[in-house]
Amino acid sequence: MKRALSLYAAAIYLFLHLPLAVLAVFSFNSSRFTVWEGFSPRWYQAVFRDPHLAEAALNSLIIAFTATAAGTVIGTLCAYGLWKQKTGLLPNFIKSTLYLSLVTPEIVMGVSLLAFYQWVFRFLDVQLGMHTVVLAHVMFSIAYVVVVALARLRTLDPSLEEAALDLGATEWVAFRKVTLPQLMPGVAAAALLAFTISIDDYVITSLVAGVDSETLPMVIYAMARRGGSPLVNAVSSLIAVILGVMIVASERLRRSS
Amino acid sequence: MDAVLELRKLSKSYANHHVAVSGVSLTLQQGEFFSLLGPSGCGKTTTLRLIAGFEEPTDGDVLLKGVSLRGLPPYARNVSTVFQNYALFPHMTVRENIEFGLRHKAQMRTAEREKRVADALGMVRLTGKESRFPAQLSGGERQRVALARSLVLEPDVLLLDEPLSALDPNLRKQVRSELKSLQRRVGITFLFITHDQEEALSLSDRIGVMNQGRLEQVGTPQEVYLRPRTRFVADFLGTVNWINGVGVRPEATRISYQPPGGGERAVPAVVESSLFLGNCLHIRTRLITGEPVVAEVSRLNGSYGRGETVHVWWHPQDEIICPQ
Repeated sequence: MKRALSLYAAAIYLFLHLPLAVLAVFSFNSSRFTVWEGFSPRWYQAVFRDPHLAEAALNSLIIAFTATAAGTVIGTLCAYGLWKQKTGLLPNFIKSTLYLSLVTPEIVMGVSLLAFYQWVFRFLDVQLGMHTVVLAHVMFSIAYVVVVALARLRTLDPSLEEAALDLGATEWVAFRKVTLPQLMPGVAAAALLAFTISIDDYVITSLVAGVDSETLPMVIYAMARRGGSPLVNAVSSLIAVILGVMIVASERLRRSS
Repeated sequence: MDAVLELRKLSKSYANHHVAVSGVSLTLQQGEFFSLLGPSGCGKTTTLRLIAGFEEPTDGDVLLKGVSLRGLPPYARNVSTVFQNYALFPHMTVRENIEFGLRHKAQMRTAEREKRVADALGMVRLTGKESRFPAQLSGGERQRVALARSLVLEPDVLLLDEPLSALDPNLRKQVRSELKSLQRRVGITFLFITHDQEEALSLSDRIGVMNQGRLEQVGTPQEVYLRPRTRFVADFLGTVNWINGVGVRPEATRISYQPPGGGERAVPAVVESSLFLGNCLHIRTRLITGEPVVAEVSRLNGSYGRGETVHVWWHPQDEIICPQ
């Protein structure tokens, strides 16, 4: 029985990770076809030499950093406000509907954003581009940040801030010196989560991106549609490793202390 | 004596019409150890929070040295709170915790601050532990850091919210006597919140007994224990035998086979049980009218068996007489 169980577990594990393993193995294949010919780092070298990929990677990084920074600040303050204001119609409404934006299908969110932008563009002289992508990413990252930060805040003792006020700190000083230092692991975890979600988003991004704002997932998708190339394998493996490390780091931070 | 803190018809009610504090008036003298005593939910903690400034009263006023605190945030009031769970900053060392108030409330020079911190550490016997974090301290040590953190600011009134309740019972009595001698030494007015009548009786110069948001009686420990003004106060401060409308504490209740001779009051009763407590006996009896009466008697007086008919008696000056 025990043996069967471990076999079963191994099979599930294989099922979950075999595709990634195949991707990683073939990214080192010297041939461009899915027949193993020999080990070669040539596709990785090609990734770093491809100007199209480089530009998309740069776009992705700019978007992810900007959206993460803005989303983390806004989301953390929002969570702090919700934590401080325990009762009331509005806070309760926000708390209960916050998850709505987490479960909204991406395609719906993307289409609605596109419709929204097109409506706004009638009054403003702007077009789809980096700014619309960043705005969309800020929007969907806020809910994730609020959820993670609020979970962390709920573990804090509310009398700590009162003690700080009692000892002469203003509300701002109490937040900065007492609450924020303890909230930091949660904020960092939230930021890493927002970053990983931003950098691999395809559906929403492709809908609200302009000609100058192609991101890495969009370029990879286009390349893969033209027929899988080892270049795609290599760049995808790189992303998987980087994001994997970040997610592990985020989980560690979230669980720390 | 000078009045340091004055509560004038202080009231606090909430949006859901719950009245937490109702018309509490009270004056604390400089250097006094005053306890607010009452069951949980009686409004004693809310009263403390109104004084500290964590909540605003719906009516009435708090005056500190004659000046109204109305509208002032906690950081602008010269009072300090020792929280029930101590609320030490977990990411700061003992030294940083104690320095916090000096940095923000007192804003004093570094040299002066260091001296004050060193004095405070010595006062609560924590010298040498200034680099520890709160998690590395025992419960009693944490409580002393909380005390030092507030006392170092030399507040006009120190507010203590059940500071002994988080300690284990063995430690509680020891810390209690330390707290009393600390208060005598620093001379700061203490407003001590507790639901433990023994704590209040043994520590306080005066006690205010609260019930359902109201202050039922203010007096010395002897006054509230021996001459309670309401039945609630009498019952909350200890067991009372209510016999024909008058109250008698168990330790003032005597038992004998023969009726007493002089001006004592006596009633016949039947012994129900006898409980041996080491230093004394608790004899539970029942009057003919059905009321239970407990007598705390010396074990040297001999024991009484279940079912025996006895006389329960007491001196008239030991009677507690209060309106229903």
